[in-house]
Amino acid sequence: MITKMTITNIHVIDQDSAFDFYVNKLGFRVVDDIPMGPDTRWLTVSPPEQPDLQIVLFPVKVSKMFPQETAETLIALIRKGVFGCGVLTCRDVFATYEELKLKGVEFIKAPTKEFYGTEALFKDDSGNYFSLQPISNFDENDI
Amino acid sequence: MSSNEYPKVYLYRRIVKAKLFIDAHYAEKIDLDNISDEAWFSKFHFIRLFKTAYGSTPHQYLQSVRIGKAKELLRAGKPVSDACFLVGFDSLSSFSGLFKKITGETPSSFAARYQQNKQAIAKNPLAFVPGCYAYQHGWTENRNFEETDN
Repeated sequence: MITKMTITNIHVIDQDSAFDFYVNKLGFRVVDDIPMGPDTRWLTVSPPEQPDLQIVLFPVKVSKMFPQETAETLIALIRKGVFGCGVLTCRDVFATYEELKLKGVEFIKAPTKEFYGTEALFKDDSGNYFSLQPISNFDENDI
Repeated sequence: MSSNEYPKVYLYRRIVKAKLFIDAHYAEKIDLDNISDEAWFSKFHFIRLFKTAYGSTPHQYLQSVRIGKAKELLRAGKPVSDACFLVGFDSLSSFSGLFKKITGETPSSFAARYQQNKQAIAKNPLAFVPGCYAYQHGWTENRNFEETDN
């Protein structure tokens, strides 16, 4: 019986840039940052209130895993914005949107009230996109 | 809907400005009056709005930022007393008490545990990477990044 997800991947084009984006802009916590030889590191982060989920910031570069053609294709698709990497939850979408915009995060959709709730969409530094949604019991009318 | 169209955008911008003020000035002697002045709110109104948006009062948030920054300094090898004063605390005992309340351990035991873990990683980094990832990356074949006795 599967009980939970512990590790997942986000494919990134540049690990140093991804570190800056996820840690300094989004506020994720670094779990592991372990050098694994020249230009390679085992880099995982977690959302601030979800320390038991490790997200591997997985660099796409020519390697045993990614032959040249595969790496080039994957990088092109990431840059094109093909990959949605999931929903990130915050308390208040509007406050988070304003803060992330000030930090230079690129939004492809401003907070919008949809039939399923308020949502914004933003891209990471590679081109992966996320949905930003509020916690389920947040009442925007309280502001 | 553009960013200027959603309701109460002006309120949100002031709350966010106050949060960013705390993020930037946590090490200084700031209090609630500084922060609410920064956001142009009355103190009571400001606390209520801030807590609605972030789930904690400005003072609680300031404390959590200070403890988070202290953890960064301890990880970097700073002594406990340096970490305490560099993040804006006046008293070592209040710093240590709050640190333990928030993290569950004292600053010195946090620092010792971190340094011990760091040494273990340096000695055998592969032991800290899930085997499936290490294999896929080829790290189990190419171990030349490990320290050798030669």
